[in-house]
Amino acid sequence: MKRIYLDHSATTPVDLEVANLMMTYYTEKYGNPSSVHSFGREAKQALEEARRQVAELIGATPQEITFTSGGTEADNLAILGTAEALRKKGKHLITSAIEHHAVLETFEYLAKNGFELTVVPVDAEGIVSVEDVRKAIRPDTILISVMHANNEVGAIQPIAEIGQLAKELGITFHVDAVQSLGKIPVNVKEMNIDLLTMSSHKIYGPKGVGALYIRKGVRIVPRAHGGSQEKKRRSGTENTPGIIGFGKACELIGSRMDEEAKSQTKLRDKLMNGILERIEYVKVNGPVGEKRLPNNVNVSIRFVEGESLLLSLDMLGIAASSGSACTSGSLDPSHVLLAMGLVHEIAHGSLRFSLGHQNTEEEIDYVLEQLPKIVDRLRMMSPLYDQVLHSKQVKQA
Amino acid sequence: MYTEKVMDHFTNPRNVGEIENPDGVGEVGNAKCGDIMRIYLDIKGDIIEDVKFKTFGCGAAVATSSMVTEMVKGKTIDEALVISNAAVAEALGGLPPAKMHCSNLAADALHAAIENYREKQAKKE
Repeated sequence: MKRIYLDHSATTPVDLEVANLMMTYYTEKYGNPSSVHSFGREAKQALEEARRQVAELIGATPQEITFTSGGTEADNLAILGTAEALRKKGKHLITSAIEHHAVLETFEYLAKNGFELTVVPVDAEGIVSVEDVRKAIRPDTILISVMHANNEVGAIQPIAEIGQLAKELGITFHVDAVQSLGKIPVNVKEMNIDLLTMSSHKIYGPKGVGALYIRKGVRIVPRAHGGSQEKKRRSGTENTPGIIGFGKACELIGSRMDEEAKSQTKLRDKLMNGILERIEYVKVNGPVGEKRLPNNVNVSIRFVEGESLLLSLDMLGIAASSGSACTSGSLDPSHVLLAMGLVHEIAHGSLRFSLGHQNTEEEIDYVLEQLPKIVDRLRMMSPLYDQVLHSKQVKQA
Repeated sequence: MYTEKVMDHFTNPRNVGEIENPDGVGEVGNAKCGDIMRIYLDIKGDIIEDVKFKTFGCGAAVATSSMVTEMVKGKTIDEALVISNAAVAEALGGLPPAKMHCSNLAADALHAAIENYREKQAKKE
């Protein structure tokens, strides 16, 4: 059975070129970058080259890149590190309602430990308004954190404007760019960003590695103490193969970004519009067009539930994800969809397809062929579809 | 995540549908929490002659609904009342821990249907 992977916002396959390069650093050039001898030096050199590659992708200098174990650690370091560094200056924090849990839960932890948090809402498309951020700012605000693009609905946030605002008021600005990196341009100087979170495994690099961009002059209190690696910002022997893989992945995706954005946008729109055409009682979640990530499709299919959709798709070899409660393991559906104003029932029926660079038009055609049948079967079983069914039967009679 | 039996009941659910003028109907859950199960009963004497279900919910929700209808068809009302959520899960070879409580409402829906039947009977008298 052919397998069609449409969950690239969850994770991506490692590019073969990246995997092969990494292998060298496991088996041949395995030195500890802190060692004095040649084994150490060659590893260190490769590490610094990777640092340069990551910096280049976001318009930063290599010294401003600190490697971590992934996006979650980078978010934690940025937020906790800033709060700790500036707690004497102020206690107020601002973030948005649609952040990833790695950001929201870290802020919630701070809110329970002496800080005050304002969560700025989003509109029905999932976009934060700059005005709302401005209104939330207080004299004692020390940190604003807004993601560049949302992982569930692909909504792209006005971060350059928020960055400008933060700069004018001297407030540290953190951006979680885990989903936007490599898909749309990110430039930390132009966008006035002080801290930026990046993750390797979303851009065809290995899992377990990421980075935090820290603008020169911005102070972070480290979380991991001990070995003084990464200029003491993040101790621990570096995950050399992972970091080198991450660097290579950044270089590769940087060179392909514009072309991939174009081709994925085409496939994205084909899939999105195809679903709207073939299935009734469906709506798109999130913005359309340019305000949406090139690879993201998110729809709510009425009268059916997300996990059932995923299971049915999985039986046909198609991998996707959903914002239903059953898939999140909690009793509430996705906080992002709820923040956008969706009622629970509609959020439970959400379906996300996130494309990657190896997806083909044939694969999209296959999904468009199969999804309506899946929905029909589940709707025939659903008590919520009864009304529609009965009115159709009345019409036929 | 799910046993083969659960997947079988999800893929080939037994007794999907409605009963026109059912002797008893029971519904549990709500769209807010993500699971709704409705069970229809046709009762002659004290035997459950026919049973149908409709469910909005995850794989476990569909499978438990299907299984409970299979377990109850042809049984007496008293035998049906003894069927528990745990028994349904066991008949399916078990459910993941996270699914045990929220989607395992099938036996509750069945009992609600029987309750409804009894209420209707009481009104007739």
